[in-house]
Amino acid sequence: MTRPLVIDNARIVDPASNTDQLGAVLIEDGRISDLAVGGPAGVPDDAEVINANGQVLAPGLIDMRVFVGEPGKEYRETLASAGAAAVAGGVTSFVMMPETTPAVDDGALVDFLIRRAEAQSPARILPAAAITKGLAGKEITEFGLLKDAGAICLTDGAQSIQSSSLLRSAMGYAANFDMPFIHHVSDAALTGDGVMNEGLFATVLGLRGIPREAETIPLARDLQLAQLTGVRYHAAQISTAGSAELVKTAKSRNEKVTAGISINNLCLNENDIGRYRTYFKLNPPLRTEDDRQAMIAALREGIIDTIHSDHDPQDTEVKRQPFAEASNGAIGLETLLAAALRLVHSGDLGLITVLRAMTSRPAEILGLESGRISRGAPADLILVDPEYPWQVTEKSFRSRSRNTSFEGARMQGKVMRTIMGGRTVFIHEDIA
Amino acid sequence: MPQQNSARFSGDFPPFQQRHLISIADLQQHEIVDLLDRAERMIEISRQERKSLPTLSGKTQINLFFEPSTRTQSSFEIAGKRLGALVVNMSVKTSSVSKGETLIDTAATLNAMRPDVLVVRHSAAGAVELLSQKVGCSVVNAGDGAHEHPTQALLDALTIRNHKGTLAGLTVAICGDIANSRVARSNLLLLGALNVRTRVIAPRTLLPPGIENLATEVFTNMEEGLRDADVVMMLRLQHERANGKMIPSVREYYRFYGLDEDKLRHAKPDAIVMHPGPMNRGVEIDPAIADSERSVITDQVEMGVAVRMAVLDALLPARNTP
Repeated sequence: MTRPLVIDNARIVDPASNTDQLGAVLIEDGRISDLAVGGPAGVPDDAEVINANGQVLAPGLIDMRVFVGEPGKEYRETLASAGAAAVAGGVTSFVMMPETTPAVDDGALVDFLIRRAEAQSPARILPAAAITKGLAGKEITEFGLLKDAGAICLTDGAQSIQSSSLLRSAMGYAANFDMPFIHHVSDAALTGDGVMNEGLFATVLGLRGIPREAETIPLARDLQLAQLTGVRYHAAQISTAGSAELVKTAKSRNEKVTAGISINNLCLNENDIGRYRTYFKLNPPLRTEDDRQAMIAALREGIIDTIHSDHDPQDTEVKRQPFAEASNGAIGLETLLAAALRLVHSGDLGLITVLRAMTSRPAEILGLESGRISRGAPADLILVDPEYPWQVTEKSFRSRSRNTSFEGARMQGKVMRTIMGGRTVFIHEDIA
Repeated sequence: MPQQNSARFSGDFPPFQQRHLISIADLQQHEIVDLLDRAERMIEISRQERKSLPTLSGKTQINLFFEPSTRTQSSFEIAGKRLGALVVNMSVKTSSVSKGETLIDTAATLNAMRPDVLVVRHSAAGAVELLSQKVGCSVVNAGDGAHEHPTQALLDALTIRNHKGTLAGLTVAICGDIANSRVARSNLLLLGALNVRTRVIAPRTLLPPGIENLATEVFTNMEEGLRDADVVMMLRLQHERANGKMIPSVREYYRFYGLDEDKLRHAKPDAIVMHPGPMNRGVEIDPAIADSERSVITDQVEMGVAVRMAVLDALLPARNTP
């Protein structure tokens, strides 16, 4: 039995209950056993007390989209390094994409990942299972066995299934097992050789563009198939105003539809690519400022449910290439919260709105009991100084990869302490 | 002493402030004019019996072509040699898988050989810029994907200026595969910087998205686009574009977008016809027009050498000049 822990004098921000008030929480046996909002807590005699000094106490973040290199590309990221990066960024749980070598399309691999992550990672790693064998988009995997093995949801990661009939069966079969179905939408033929958002800027750079319709057309199909099959459908990440409209319409008649967005599409636009900066080569591509503003509005209106990091470690070999030949992706676990707080500081979004998209909404979609500050919930918590100024430098990353799209960026707001199941797993050097 | 000689020649012009020539977008208007003026001098040199200047004597120029191009490579080679540089040609065969590796690796290898200038062509937009970040010498872009081909735009401007006496007040129509053309992009930037009116003419499928937001007029009808043009600049149609995806067939393309007498009649009577080469006779241009006195296509080749001499001379000034 560990000592009870009291976090006192905290600004408790709990999106699930719409709380933003000073108070205290009592943690016993890894769970929140009591909370006092609006006043001091009764402190048990043997308790350890942390004075939060008015800092924000929020549920630990739940990141719905993280790529890890283990197994197969451990030089990019291991479960241990991803877990360390996560807790340093305030992410206490994350969904791990099945794009490993081999792909996570078999129950034995799910079991391996869960065991290994428990031993190696300070953050909870929730393995997603592949929808199709080898992520090849041809044959569906054993959803039932994968669920039994502990897979949290189904997704083909960055791959997008092109066959409408296969999608229909996959969604129907996933509904059978009531598994969240997360799909990245991208029409392969329309995308073609495209490497960035289609438009004037791509034309000036001489790069092939990816039209918005490469996202909206398969999304429209998915939403109709979701209606047809009754699956719990989550559009992995949308990036255009047109997609937001489609999701809005679908939600009005299908409550099982949700949508996510990468923090990159909320904070950056295509102009950040500048002259062929490959760390901004992402999938979906960075769009225009108008799209970015539309995405912020969609988040405000609840059309978009979740914000994720889309953490995708890539080594310099595959990034130091001509733009068209470089691989997609940027790391993001350690910058997710600070980048999201930019939207709060800029006045675009409220703190509760931003945190909801990274705590209670992912928890509801994935069926987790974390993501909230309530009696009985796991004590996965973060203490955040929302004003703390810092500058992103790749050297400070715990991730094994360095491909950040925020290198040199000045941030405001940082995680001071991360608590997992009542245990401190990260503490900022300023208060250590 | 060669250096005094070169100092005297380069000394006629103010020092050129750029280290590389990657994109026309990097050049100020006065720098473009400066390069064109320098090129005029190089035309004179090239028409002499002794076609040489010792400006680049003792310097090493490597032509690094990841994409084959006999004419551009020869043009740069002759330009370098006329200025006295040691010129080495390297053609790098690339498989699509290892292209990038080859680029960075080759850059490091070549850099160790201490060249003074690298002339680079690559199939990927931005590749030359990336390479310029990895080497310690000047880099000239000889064409990077669908991005830019700056010396082509300079030689085109020089050709126009020599035939028309000036660039001011002219209307230049660029026709063909605008979407995939680095020549079109560099020309639009350069002519735009010199306040020349430009038009692009192409079927919708060969117009790049957003082109209407560049400072150019967009036409899909050739007759309308050519109306009262002073300069007609034709682009090469890659045969693989006419495979039923972008263009149904060569004959349909020629019917609507090939330059023939009927269409050319809409341009000004003294309009000149240009083509960056190599031409597809009977695809984008009537062979009779290509060989007519309105065609300045062979002049473009001559201007090419002069412009490349000017660029090399500007980028590589004699060092210890007072």
